[in-house]
Parts: sequence; C-alpha cells; structure tokens
Amino acid sequence: MTTLPAHTDRKLGLVIDLDTCVGCHACVTACKGWNDQGIGLSDQNPYGADPSGAFLNRVHSYQVQPATGPSQIINLPRSCLHCEDAPCVTVCPTGASYKRAEDGIVLVNEDACMGCGLCAWACPYGAREMDAAAGVMKKCTLCVDRIYNENLPEEDREPACVRTCPTGARHFGDFADPNSTVSRLTADRAGYALMPDLGTKPVNRYLPPRKKDRPQDASLLAPLLDIKATGFAGWLDKVLGKV
Amino acid sequence: MHPAPSVIAFTVFSGFGFGLMVFLGLGWPAPRGTPAFLWWGLAYACAVGGLTASTLHLGNPERALMAFSQWRSSWLSREAWAAVATLILCAPTALSDWLGLGWPRLPGHLGALAALATLASTAMIYAQLKSVPRWNHWTTPALFGAFALTGGALAAGHALPGALLAVLLAALLAVSFRLGDAQFARAGQTIGSATGLDRIGTATVFEPPHTGSNYLLREMIHVVARKHALKLRSLATAAQVAAALTAAIPQALPLAVLLHLAGALVARWLFFAEAEHVVGLYYGQRVG
Repeated sequence: MTTLPAHTDRKLGLVIDLDTCVGCHACVTACKGWNDQGIGLSDQNPYGADPSGAFLNRVHSYQVQPATGPSQIINLPRSCLHCEDAPCVTVCPTGASYKRAEDGIVLVNEDACMGCGLCAWACPYGAREMDAAAGVMKKCTLCVDRIYNENLPEEDREPACVRTCPTGARHFGDFADPNSTVSRLTADRAGYALMPDLGTKPVNRYLPPRKKDRPQDASLLAPLLDIKATGFAGWLDKVLGKV
Repeated sequence: MHPAPSVIAFTVFSGFGFGLMVFLGLGWPAPRGTPAFLWWGLAYACAVGGLTASTLHLGNPERALMAFSQWRSSWLSREAWAAVATLILCAPTALSDWLGLGWPRLPGHLGALAALATLASTAMIYAQLKSVPRWNHWTTPALFGAFALTGGALAAGHALPGALLAVLLAALLAVSFRLGDAQFARAGQTIGSATGLDRIGTATVFEPPHTGSNYLLREMIHVVARKHALKLRSLATAAQVAAALTAAIPQALPLAVLLHLAGALVARWLFFAEAEHVVGLYYGQRVG
C-alpha cells in the first residue's frame, strides 16, 4: 500500500558522524556484500572497461572552505534517509514501495515492482538505484534481514554498514525514543537533515564536523627564539644599549 | 533527465490520441460510416499505441497490471485507470458512429471527460516531482493539455480553433522555456543544502563516490546535447506557428497535424533533456 502510515511506532534510522568518517568506503563494500548475497544487487561488466552496478550507499568527498581559515575535506555517505513523508512511496503505482508502520523502514516489495523508475525520480537524495539485471528498484533496507535476525549473534543485529565502520562514524537506532543513542547524539551534536525544505522529513541525521583547533598565529617556537642574554653577554648588551 | 524514446513516444502519441478523443467523444465532429472508423481508429491507435510504448521502458512489464492498484496515492496509477476508462467509455459511441446505430452520446461525453482526466494525470506524474524543479510548475499540466487539445482540434478537422490553439501553444512553450530556466534556482537547493555543509562553508566536490557510471548518472544527472537547446526550442515553437499557418489552407490540415506532432516530439525531448534533478547537486553537476 503506497499511502504513508499516519504514525510509525518506531523510527529506525542512522546517524552519520561527519566528524569521524574518514571516507574509507568500508560501509559501501559491507553493504554491497551483505545485500548482494541477500536480496541481490547486480553489477554489469564488473571487470570490464565500463563497470557499473547498483549500490545502496555511496560515499562522496567534499572540500569545504569556511569564511576564514583553511579548507576541510568532509566525507559524506549518502543512502536512504527513510523519510517520514517519503515521496518515493506515494508515487509508486503498483504498491511495491511502502513504509512500514511498525518501524518506519521504507522497503520495496520486489515481486510487485514493475521497474518504472518513478520512485527514483521522486527521491531528491538519489537513494534508489535500478538493478539492471533484475529490472526492479533497489534501496537501503536498513538491513531488515539482520536487525531482527535471531540466527545472528546479538552484536551483529545492526545494519552491515554500521557493524563494519572502523571509526564508529555510523550509528543505528530508534529516533522515536528520546533516550536512544541516535536521539542523544542528534541532540548533543546538532544533527541535521538533508534538504529539509523539500518536505520529505528525513529520519536519518548527519552530525556536523566539530570545530577544529586553530593553529596559533604566532610561531610555536616563539618562546624559544626570544633568548635573554645573561652574564658577560648580558652586561655587554646593556652597555651597548646605552651607548 | 534521460529522454527515453519510449516515454517521449508514449506521452506525445497517447496525448494526441486522447486529445482527439475529447473532440470525437463530444461529437464535434460526429462522423458516420468509414470516416468515423478512420477517425476513431486513429484516436484509438495513438492512445493504445502510446500506452503500449510506455511499457517498453519497464524493467518487468509483465507486472504492469499491478499499476491499477494504487490510485489513492499515485498519479501513475490514476493515469492507468483514467486511460482505460476513456477507452471503454468511448467504445459504444465509436461503434455507434461507425455503424450508424444512433445510440445516445452520453458515454462519449463521459469518455471526453475521462480523456481530460487522463491528460491531467499524465501531466501530474511530472508536475508533482519536487526533485525536478523545472517540472514542478503550473506550466507542466498547461503544456500537456495544450499539446493534446491542439493536436486533437487539428486532427478533428477544426482549422480555426486548431490554429488558435497552436498559436497559444507556441506562446505557452516560449513562456515555459523562460520560466523553466529560473525554476532550479527558485527551488533554492544547492550543494550546500544537499549536503548540509553550508553551515560550515562553501562546499565543492573533492572526489566523486565512484569512478564509473551508475543508474543515477545515466537516468537523472547525465546531460545530452544541451548546446543545441536554443535551436531546438526555436524549432519546437516555430513548428506550432507553422502548423497554425498551414491550417489556414483547407486541404493542408493533415500537414498541419504532422507539423504539430513533429514540433511536439522536439518539445517533449527538450522537456526531459532540459529537466535537472536535484540529485545532481551531490555530484557537483548543478549550478546552485
């Protein structure tokens, strides 16, 4: 059913910390690996001259120049934000695209997807990619086949991208619970949503990089360079100063 | 946006077919016998042919029937219902016109209404998308309606109304090109708002997320032949003016229809090729 639920009991999503993300693409690889085995995520000509494939997560790198001071490199992983007012869901004509009332995860029922691509057009964030082999739309499932999977050890019951992140830049949790890690991180670090003006009400939040230490204007060696002459040299310094 | 030939053919020809059905359904004209067969046949062939063409770009066309299920929320689903309703409602009137049965024209009138609803739904598929600012504008439904009614009027043999509509369409095209150029900036999204990094400073792309191509680049970011845009815009607009002038010659009405359709194909190609999706901001491919 492609009408959106009026209320979801939980709001599962990700917090991505742009302060700690080093842009290693481990989340991209882990996501691809898990989902290729699970739901299938095809590549075309992967070892050829013109490789292409469907990915559910892409890591961009930006150079940001503040008004003053040196520029910064910021890595920004981009994936489905599991929007509360998801335009990709309401445009779907077949009912394949839906948002779960119980936890807010936006999913595609691949058996009902006819591959028209309208949902990918409707998403401002480029979160959906067509699987060229299967002819159906693919998107981040928040690893719905991991997070509730009791066959996995408890520490593995989180999205593959979160589990694999070597710097702990990705956090998974329930935004409807004000005491969850993701809610507290968002509150403490002024977590923000992408393109909020478009009215999609994204669930995922990004934590802005922390303020960096400013290099001091004077040289760190300044105290060492200002040598006070003592003894004979000091006396000479004083006399010569008076002459 | 990628100008897929199947979608261009679908929107132009089904729009033309449904536009013609508006006039035939209203009984203006109400032909009899063989002319009725040819007229209604043309309308049905274009409408059904266009709908069939639209299935060519689907990944799994065998599931197309499921597109009737989500009419409560989806304009694409509403379009499917309205299109089928038009084809069914017009059928008794088409049959009656062809065989001279003299049946009441009420189904035809309802069919004309359903044809208008189909045209509106098709336009709303594009106009609803906030992610494509150029489409997210009143000119989109206005253009889809004007194209269908102009083509319909000319094909229905109404020289003067058809010519007037063609001139109106040319003006509307010029307005839509002008307003459309400012739409992306008016929508206000930039690489800064897309990444949220505007709170730190001015962001530029340092490294793309992948070195090869992907679905997003091919479908929504890739830009084709924009250097010819001005020529193509002039061609699309001039074709409608030419169609209006040609319609003044009574014997040349079929030529006017062809000129109109040729211009419509160019304009529809531009409609897709010039539309910019905000996802391009992430790749540094949009001015904004």
